[in-house]
Amino acid sequence: MQSKGSSRIVVTVVGKDKVGIIASVANVLADLNANILDISQTILQEFFTMIMIVDIANCTVDFSTLKEKLEEKGQEIGVKISAQHEDVFQFMHRI
Amino acid sequence: MPISITTEEILETIRMVEAENLDIRTITMGISLRDCSHPDIKVTSQKIYDKVTRKAENLVKVGQSIEGEYGIPIINKRISVTPISIVAEACESDNYLEIALSLDKAAREVGVNFIGGFSALVHKGMTKGDEKLIYSIPYSLAQTERVCSSVNVATTKAGINMDAVKIMGEIIKETAELTRKQDGLGCAKLVIFCNVPEDNPFMAGAFHGVGEPEAVINVGVSGPGVVLNVVKKNPDSTFGVLASKIKQTAFKITRMGELVGKEAAKRLGIPFGIVDLSLAPTPAIGDSVADILEAMGLEKCGTHGTTAALAMLNDAVKKGGAMASSYVGGLSGAFIPVSEDAGMIRAVEAGALDINKLEAMTCVCSVGLDMIAVPGDTSAATISAIIADEAAIGMINKKTTAVRIIPVPGKKVGEMVVFGGLLGQAPIMPVNQFSSDKFIKRGGRIPAPIHALNN
Repeated sequence: MQSKGSSRIVVTVVGKDKVGIIASVANVLADLNANILDISQTILQEFFTMIMIVDIANCTVDFSTLKEKLEEKGQEIGVKISAQHEDVFQFMHRI
Repeated sequence: MPISITTEEILETIRMVEAENLDIRTITMGISLRDCSHPDIKVTSQKIYDKVTRKAENLVKVGQSIEGEYGIPIINKRISVTPISIVAEACESDNYLEIALSLDKAAREVGVNFIGGFSALVHKGMTKGDEKLIYSIPYSLAQTERVCSSVNVATTKAGINMDAVKIMGEIIKETAELTRKQDGLGCAKLVIFCNVPEDNPFMAGAFHGVGEPEAVINVGVSGPGVVLNVVKKNPDSTFGVLASKIKQTAFKITRMGELVGKEAAKRLGIPFGIVDLSLAPTPAIGDSVADILEAMGLEKCGTHGTTAALAMLNDAVKKGGAMASSYVGGLSGAFIPVSEDAGMIRAVEAGALDINKLEAMTCVCSVGLDMIAVPGDTSAATISAIIADEAAIGMINKKTTAVRIIPVPGKKVGEMVVFGGLLGQAPIMPVNQFSSDKFIKRGGRIPAPIHALNN
């Protein structure tokens, strides 16, 4: 990570609900040694929505590779996975 | 430890980016070229090329890495430089084409799509360098791809330089003619200003002002789509409530700009300048300022009420944005470029929006008559008179106004001209058929208004 300070990212998964979404995403993260700090999940307007807070301080790959791996997994299981640095949300919604 | 952001807030951010075209429109690096002057234009050009490519070497790379990490698209990475009329003043050469070519080459080398600053500030008069620069504009824009040019012909403090206004009408015509094969595309890269800001990150009018530091990062955010969605969600709110909602949204949009700007400045090791709070439309569906005005309850943009709607929108965006950023600057107001806004194009085609209404709208927003295509046989004097009208609005109202007008060679009212990409496409609009020749021929300077005497 280039930006110092926080090494936490927000992983968002949106798509049609089905068996094994959490498991698949968690597996990708575990394989790369990224630590899941928090998971919340809702069904929003028929869409499965999961938000994970992930610490990537000890992640074995850099952020852009992790992002690619997650996006690949998303395509494979038919959901949209995005990953962003947590600063984006802190900055937009808090002063 | 979980972060203190709710699920709704996270989803709101994601929706803004993915469904509503929220983006950072541009990260613009301002670079001073004042140390590049030399009597030999070849040496000057080489120094400029070397400095721009050295300073901006990592601009695109840093932009892309921020884009990836934060998940916010950064559409353009650009460069603005010291007005070339100042840098080249010492050159013993009668034109500045060579410098334009080296700016173009430098822009291509570092991978930015536009470089602004082939500019002159002549609101009170012209130096030899200003004159040479202005007469170099037509073939410089015709022979380069990425160079943008601007000329400031008026300020509230100095009045309007009508000699310059007259010349710029002719320069616009010549630029259109030299880029005839591309429907006068050169004119899309040329802006005539009144009260030009020195830290504007948006093209084609960006340059690095004389009061600016050695190098600086300025950011232009954008989000007509996000604002449109808010207006649509509040179809029956009164204006006070609606203004509040727009302010909240503008706040969030601007925070993104602030974050990206500061991060880019940090990574590039140069100071952060300003966030420009402009609503800048793109030809993309849903990314239109006209759509916002129509969502407020106007059947078509351009009908009666449009100016009031735009005034309210522009003010609410500024109020929300000003709270969100530590430094606000540039143009900071809604843009109404016809060719770059799908809603504006529809309004023109439906006969709801004409050049007169656009002129009225420029009284309450930035910037001015922007990306307007007019018939190819429009006279230079008429174009000068259009510039003079806009400059008068800017001068009297102490605001920035500008004209970016394209007299499309060989085209007539009702035809369409396609520039492509962010520049979009424009229907040819009619201009007033009565002559302004004698008025423009007078020359001289329109004196500064009484309220300029405020010391």
